[in-house]
Amino acid sequence: MNSVNNPSFSNNRLINWFKLSSPSTFYPVAGKLIPIFWLLTAVFGVAGLWVSFFVAPVDAVQGQGYRIIFIHVPASWMSMFIYLVMAAWAGLGLIFNTRLSAMMAQALAPIGAWMAFLSLWTGAFWGKPMWGTWWVWDARLTSELILLFLYLGFIALQASIDNVRRADKAGAILALVGVVNIPIIYFSVKWWNTLHQGASVSLTKSPAMAQTMLWGMLLMALCFWMYSIAVGLMRVRAIILEREAHTDWVRQLDEVKN
Amino acid sequence: MWNSPAEFFAMGGYALYVWSSFGVCALVLLLEPFVIRARFKTIVLRLKQECLAEQFDRESSK
Repeated sequence: MNSVNNPSFSNNRLINWFKLSSPSTFYPVAGKLIPIFWLLTAVFGVAGLWVSFFVAPVDAVQGQGYRIIFIHVPASWMSMFIYLVMAAWAGLGLIFNTRLSAMMAQALAPIGAWMAFLSLWTGAFWGKPMWGTWWVWDARLTSELILLFLYLGFIALQASIDNVRRADKAGAILALVGVVNIPIIYFSVKWWNTLHQGASVSLTKSPAMAQTMLWGMLLMALCFWMYSIAVGLMRVRAIILEREAHTDWVRQLDEVKN
Repeated sequence: MWNSPAEFFAMGGYALYVWSSFGVCALVLLLEPFVIRARFKTIVLRLKQECLAEQFDRESSK
């Protein structure tokens, strides 16, 4: 459909959203959004770290050691949230057969895997002084480890299939099946009697912690969130170029021509 | 809350655990964009070389 022939149709807001789902339209838009998300990451990061180290009071039980919470909880939240977003993109790609959705899913997997890793790493360094052990086969720790393996499995599966479209489909099915693990992680501390403490912040209760600690955690969570978007957009741009290398619009890009 | 920088870095005796967590976190989050930047540059370079090769092809076949 040519926009010159049919201006009323192309001015429709819904159509413009569909336009964005084409890699050639999304590529420059993503390029413009990246600096904005880096700026937001920096602002929330500085504010979050300031609150984490200089405003939040020392914990009565855990002393200064509790400050690991300010990266442990945001990393854990993001590891679960990114998985849901990744699975949603993968599912959209499977249903509508859109190229960009599958690329988005692929772009999010590594950062999600890093968040899961950081969650386990910071958890280990928190568990050692407080529980006296780096690792236990506790329900929450184990399900988070499975989440890391799901991410790695998704990345490895996609990398092992030469046909890109087939790789997208196989990856999407793995991602969608893996979603079952997310509620297991979230409710693990309720369903099983485990060493890991219950949720400090829940959707249904008022938070069981000091106001300033909560603020620090929320600011750091926003920082991690903006970071994930910035990094995701950066990676999706590289993936777009790799996958669309044969197309004319890529050849016409300024960064390729000059 | 902190009376001296030394006290801050000591983290009330939890220095190893707090700084290992924050350190590795910072390292991972800072390295990631550089890795992506390198991947992006690699693909742009490849595309440039392909364009150049096509241009040479066209010119030499004239």
